[in-house]
Amino acid sequence: MKRMITVTINGEEQELAVEPYRSLLDTLRVEAGLTGSKKGCNVGDCGACTVILDGRPVNSCLVLAAEVDNCDVRTIEGLQHAPDRVHALQDNFMQYGAAQCGFCTPGILIMGKALLDENPDPTEDEIRFALAGNICRCTGYTKIIEAIRHTARQLAEERQGVES
Amino acid sequence: MKRVDYHEPTTLEEAVQLMTRYPDTASFFAGGTDLLVELREQTRRADHVVNLKRIPDLGMLTFDPRAGVHCGALVTVRTLENAPFIRAHYAGLWQAARELASIPVRERATLAGNVCRASPSADTLPPLIADQAVAHVYGPAGRRDVTLEDFFLGPGRTVLSHEEVLTGFSIPAPEPGTGKSYIKHGRRKAMELATVGVAVTLTLDGDSVRDLRIVLGAVAPTPIRAPEAEQVLIGKRPEPALIEQAAEAAIAGSRPISDVRSSADYRRRMVGVQTRRALQQALEAAR
Repeated sequence: MKRMITVTINGEEQELAVEPYRSLLDTLRVEAGLTGSKKGCNVGDCGACTVILDGRPVNSCLVLAAEVDNCDVRTIEGLQHAPDRVHALQDNFMQYGAAQCGFCTPGILIMGKALLDENPDPTEDEIRFALAGNICRCTGYTKIIEAIRHTARQLAEERQGVES
Repeated sequence: MKRVDYHEPTTLEEAVQLMTRYPDTASFFAGGTDLLVELREQTRRADHVVNLKRIPDLGMLTFDPRAGVHCGALVTVRTLENAPFIRAHYAGLWQAARELASIPVRERATLAGNVCRASPSADTLPPLIADQAVAHVYGPAGRRDVTLEDFFLGPGRTVLSHEEVLTGFSIPAPEPGTGKSYIKHGRRKAMELATVGVAVTLTLDGDSVRDLRIVLGAVAPTPIRAPEAEQVLIGKRPEPALIEQAAEAAIAGSRPISDVRSSADYRRRMVGVQTRRALQQALEAAR
């Protein structure tokens, strides 16, 4: 039997009818029509479905939609500030050529955001540690890490600019 | 995923009643990082999942310098990893927590789930046993406590009956002069299952070892103590030759199998190498 859940997705409250055994990932992609979160492995190994649930990065394939009643979910579609204004991470991924086929990119951008929210100035080792669960089979990790490092520096400069 | 009925009890009593109502076909659901995969891959059969996350107070994590840690069943591995007192006083458990899967998995996975899944290679089990953790259990007959050392019966099998729920753990506070370590041996740095895991909790009295527990993971059907190796060092000054002898004793006490990750022979050799290193690390921390 379907259950009604109320969930805030990218700042917008939605009521969705879901089967209790349906994953958050399938619910986002099908019921909510947000196909940016990707289904790579569907067992929590690849990280392509990473979303931010109540402020924490999770594999949306390992969460049931029924569990997220009254929760806050942020997906790749909610990362950019406005339709014409991308997030600094997205901009730097383009500048650095940090996407090849692009399938892992939404999950890595979300994980990058979760990392910078928690640790605004990560070392290369800390970035690699944070991204351990995001698999890029084009293996373009170096550019991904450089793009995240550069974003951290940029955001730090912006914060300093605001303070001075 | 196959269809299942979903239950959200709000009390332990209700959770246990649901398990009693559905013998054999219900599973507890906490983090879900193992359960949902097993249901999807049909390696576990369940017609009912009983989500424990609406039961209050199971998410508590506290530390008291005398009483030690209390960790509720819903505390995630990531919460442990980020807790300063886990890093400071339970270094083996902290190391195991930060090497388990990935951050998004650790944000959901619970310590209690890792314990109840009872995988022989589970990272958190050796340090919990080395630290003499106690599991608190609630069931139809009431409450009982079980030491983690006596908790595991085999791969995927524990002393819990179908209806019993693990509500949390107590882990004693370390005595002064105690050092701890956990070493995970794998083929790669992250997203790995342990080929061999070694946890050491060691207490020094002056120059000599007063108390020592060595626990090996992934080399037997359950995590195992290495009592012969412990006896080599207890009451003695931990000289390099004795540490070597203890590592040899740990090899003799392990009973590994060959599988896709490693041959039994390689596992035995790595038990020796990593027991020596884990002892050295714990000694350094104890001094």
